Amino acid sequence: MTSRWIKIIAAGFTTLTGFACLLILIMVAIILGDIIVHGLPGVSWTFLSEPPKAGMTEGGIFPAIFGTVALVILMTLAVVPLGVAAAVYLQEYAPQDSKLVHLVRLALQNLAGVPAIVFGLFGLGLFVGFAGGSIDALFFGGHLTFGQPCILWASLTLAVLTLPTVVVATEEALRAVPRSYREAAYALGATRWQVVRHVVLPQSIGGVLTGTILAISRGAGEVAPIMFTGAAYFLPHLPAKLNDQFMELGYHVYVMATQSPNVEATKPVLYATVFVLLAVTFALNFTAVLIRSRIRRRLRST
Amino acid sequence: LENPESILLTGKSRRLEAIIELFIRSSGWIVIASVVLIFVFVGKEAVPLLTSSEVHKEVTVGKMLAPYPEAGFSWQPVSETPKYSLLPLLIGTLKVTIVALLIALPIAVGAAIFTSEFAPQGVREVIKPAVELLAGIPSVVLGFFALMVLAGWVQRVTGVVIRLNALNAGIGLALAVIPIVYTVSEDALSAVPQSFRDGSQALGANRWQTAWRVVLPAATPGVFAACVLGAGRSIGETMIVLMASGNAPTMSIDPARSFRSFSATIAAELGEVVHGDPHYRVLFFIGAALFVITFLLNLAGHAYVGRLKRKLQG
Repeated sequence: MTSRWIKIIAAGFTTLTGFACLLILIMVAIILGDIIVHGLPGVSWTFLSEPPKAGMTEGGIFPAIFGTVALVILMTLAVVPLGVAAAVYLQEYAPQDSKLVHLVRLALQNLAGVPAIVFGLFGLGLFVGFAGGSIDALFFGGHLTFGQPCILWASLTLAVLTLPTVVVATEEALRAVPRSYREAAYALGATRWQVVRHVVLPQSIGGVLTGTILAISRGAGEVAPIMFTGAAYFLPHLPAKLNDQFMELGYHVYVMATQSPNVEATKPVLYATVFVLLAVTFALNFTAVLIRSRIRRRLRST
Repeated sequence: LENPESILLTGKSRRLEAIIELFIRSSGWIVIASVVLIFVFVGKEAVPLLTSSEVHKEVTVGKMLAPYPEAGFSWQPVSETPKYSLLPLLIGTLKVTIVALLIALPIAVGAAIFTSEFAPQGVREVIKPAVELLAGIPSVVLGFFALMVLAGWVQRVTGVVIRLNALNAGIGLALAVIPIVYTVSEDALSAVPQSFRDGSQALGANRWQTAWRVVLPAATPGVFAACVLGAGRSIGETMIVLMASGNAPTMSIDPARSFRSFSATIAAELGEVVHGDPHYRVLFFIGAALFVITFLLNLAGHAYVGRLKRKLQG
């Protein structure tokens, strides 16, 4: 090949790959731009604080916001203790390179790749059908109480889905704690749990927080897992008990976008709802990124 | 330590410690168990499809694979005589996956090469957060965007007759696949030691030649893993396809026609079925199949990532 050809190919190759980058930036800008332009004007205090009216063409999304918040709080209560325990187990307790550790990591990787809709089927089978059905048979004399889709089962389904997120973020933070800290504590006669509780975990709180926030952001946006485990099209009242159904932002978007009898009339409310969902997700992700970058900086400096 | 007494061991704290340690030690097993339980509880609901003669009056696995005498391969679970051919759903799933991958793979891998090999630091600091932003968009929002905005544009540009089709859903799906493929490929390319590049350039190769002949071949298992993981994501993705596909179970391979995927079928129909009836069993059977397919793709993907690590270290 002559050097002229090499130069032309080189330029072409660089341009093409650069164009791919540009394309991604343009796509992100178009999506965000479209949603901000059409969604932001519809967001007001009334929109955030009132229930839907007139077949979801007017009014607000308060019940969906309330349901989403309640859902992710329950989910967090379930996933954080388990996720942190699993991360502590992998980093502090298990002998590294043991068969079990490999198996746990394999399970986490695959858990992260299971389609969201399969989580929905799983939640319906394990939580609603098996757990709920058993609770009803044992404590409520077979009377339908927990054996139906509800906020408790939906939040537990999401907890399983977000487990890898919490474990991965916590593990990264645990790894950032210098070995010498542990050794110093052991030298003072601390037990393994004392080292974890008083030395390692306080140093890793940022990682736990990052994982929690990322899990909340993921959980708040997932629709497929909650469709059959507790979310409802429309409810006249807010969920008050663990076995109540609930409205949720993402599901509300899906319902308005696909089941509305009058798409044009729903559009402003729909765009505003998407804007709120996206704003919440991005705010959470942004916070997580900030905390994570602080941890990474510390990791590099040690 | 702020309060040294707090770590003195009393009988009570010892018991508490034992309980907490038991929880920590069992957490690993809980993680493993949850994957097993997903398979067991999804599979369990599908088992009667294989064993129950009650279900076999309406549908068997054989009937799901073979054509129906008068109707051919058709998916009509709610009709006088329900028909459960999987072929239209398989065609729909493959159709949208292929469209999505044809769009996502070149863009994502190309952008990853540019980021790791050519981009100045400033560009890197723009593109990476942009991809993270894209990854953070919930799939229902991407589905909404494909349904409300993309569909109109695609129709205007290509002149297709049917508004919701595989092209439109495929582009929407590509938006969800790009971040995964980009992130894993970029990780793989950045993991190639700098000495490979230095060596290549010392021999007189330019940066294009170095990227194409040295860095990319070295990172191949990782880039391949990225593609496999991307395929797994697009086969399993539900909301985008459900909202943007038109949901018509056709036998057509034409990307300009509506279609129905496996995942969207479950989402669209499970809400309507009676618990335990044959249709319910078939939907869980499809779910179990999706689980197995994505599980194998993920396993393969992560095996290639592991191979890359060993290759570059060894």
